[in-house]
Parts: sequence; C-alpha cells; structure tokens
Amino acid sequence: MAYDVNGTTVEHDEEGYITNLSDWTKELAEVIAKEENVDMTDEHWEVVNFLREYYDEYQIAPAIRVLVKAMKKKFGPEKGNNKYLYELFPYGPAKQACKIAGLPKPTGCV
Amino acid sequence: MAMLHIVNKSPYEKGALESCLNHALEGDTVILIEDGVYACVKGGRAANALASVKGIRFAALSADLKARGIGEDKMTEGVDVVDYGGFVDLVTSCDKTESWL
Amino acid sequence: MSEGIKKFLYVNRKAPHGTIYALEALEVVLIGAAFEQDVSLAFLDDGVFQLVKGWDTKELGSKNFAPTYMALGDYDVSKIYVEKESLEERGLSEDDLMELTYEDEDDDWAEKSSIHIVSREEMARLMAANDVILSF
Repeated sequence: MAYDVNGTTVEHDEEGYITNLSDWTKELAEVIAKEENVDMTDEHWEVVNFLREYYDEYQIAPAIRVLVKAMKKKFGPEKGNNKYLYELFPYGPAKQACKIAGLPKPTGCV
Repeated sequence: MAMLHIVNKSPYEKGALESCLNHALEGDTVILIEDGVYACVKGGRAANALASVKGIRFAALSADLKARGIGEDKMTEGVDVVDYGGFVDLVTSCDKTESWL
Repeated sequence: MSEGIKKFLYVNRKAPHGTIYALEALEVVLIGAAFEQDVSLAFLDDGVFQLVKGWDTKELGSKNFAPTYMALGDYDVSKIYVEKESLEERGLSEDDLMELTYEDEDDDWAEKSSIHIVSREEMARLMAANDVILSF
C-alpha cells in the first residue's frame, strides 16, 4: 500500500498512515488530503503544521482533547474548539489531520 | 484497606521482594508466586528477611513450590501454602492488589 | 470528586531502556487519560531512572521518548511522585530529573511543577490511598 507523489511511492499502513515519518513532504500531504476529500486551505495547513510542531516537541501525536487545548492556547478560543476543527477535518481532526501531517495515529485516540 | 502484594521474582536476582516489604503496611498480605517462592526456602537470606517483618501475612503458591522442589521440610515457618483457589480467595478478601514485577 | 471516578496509581519500577515496560507504561497512561480518572504516577526503585534528564538514544537507534513525559501535563496528569530513598540510593537528587510541569486551570493557568519527592513511607501510604494500582 502506497501513495503516489509525482511518480514517487510512499508506503502507508492499512489505515493510510505513512510508515516512515521522514517520507513526509508538503506534496505528499496534498495527496493524502485529496484521498481524504479534504481541500487544503491555509486554515488546514495551520492545524497540520501545528500537529507537526507538537510531534517534534513531544514525540507523540496529541489526542483530540489535548489538541483542542493546545490550539486554544496558541490561536485563541475561535480556533481552539471542537466545532472549528471538525469543520476542517470532518472525519476527526486528530485522526485525519495527523494522517495528512504524516504522523502516527494519535496516542490516546481510542 | 488491606492490600495483596504479589511477588513473582526470585529475591536473589531482583529487588522486588525487598521493595515490596519496604512498602507493605501492617495488615497487608504478600503472596509469593513463580520464582518468588524461592524466598520460602528455610535458612535463606530472604526467608530470614520475611521472619523479621511484623504485621504482614505471607502466603506462597503450592504449584510453584512443588514445581521447584520446595517441600514442607524446606519451607521456612510463617508462610501459608495456598492453592490456586486460595490465591483467588486472597484476591477477593483484599481491597486491591499490587504486583511487584 | 464525582461518582465513578477512581484513583489510579501507575507504579514505575523499571529503568527506561532495558525493557519495554517504561514506554508501555507511558502509552497506557496517555491512553488512560482519555477516561478522565484521577491519575497519579509513582516512580521508585529503577523507575526513577526514567525521569533523569539528558537522554540521547540516537546511537542506540531506539525512540527517544523522554520528550513525551513533558506532554503529561497537557494530558492533565499532574501528580508525579518520586521516591527520595530510590533517588539517593542511585546517587541522584531532584536536580537530576526532568522538569515536568502542568498549567493550573484554577490558578490562571500558572505553570507548576508536577514532581513531588516523597519518602518511602509516604510512598507506601500513597499506594494504600489509591483505588487501583497498575504496575510496570
């Protein structure tokens, strides 16, 4: 199972999470987003970049509750809430955005 | 609020039993299972350590004792031998369990 | 404290790299945090080695999960008890430990330390005072 990014293949698991985290590129993110039926806007990128920064710092993808709290702290309550995040990523902001961000499935996502 | 402490490591290889005894409170029970039962061998350093502890009940699992050739003649005093059913009874009679892995 | 909330104590007694226990415990704690129970962590015996700062696992080729302990505060895990005697026996003190903090919602999100150094006797009472003990 693999994504095709301009002729390069990137392996992913049965749920669509990439196998090797260092394979991630912005182009790959667009490819995964397309498969997820997500049209990447600046707002989507803001969340994806935020998740990548969080992973870089803590080595885990945050659970949704933790993501909401951290977004609220950084961007304020208008972005740090469930509704805003679910509008951007209807199939679960933590799961879907993490997949696009090239991270593993969130720890604490049950 | 009695606790059942479960120790499954040999006292001669790991510090689990020692740490358990350092944290057990009066009224608690300690059950020795698997390699933990080596603490029961009469005359051993660990058996002497058990004898010096007051206010704690000790038990050991018969299947593990038998499997290791620790018969009645080799057992230190003050340790009750229980079968699997007795182990279950201990679990239900205590408020909670703590495993010393 | 509302009904149905139990006091969970995760007991960590193993060093971080020799076995998988430490990493597994950390993952269970983070997953368990979703259930909004009253969670505390205890570090004693070789478990205190988990919190020593300055790990570098690059040469070892295994995941450096030290930064993940820093995320515990985000997951509302803010009660971390470390046994004084275990530290001393290993030549360590509180200064050798990572600085783990949480933000106190009831105090204008002030950043506070999650780490409490307790004596062996206090640790024994802490174990007795919790409803469920999970050992790693």
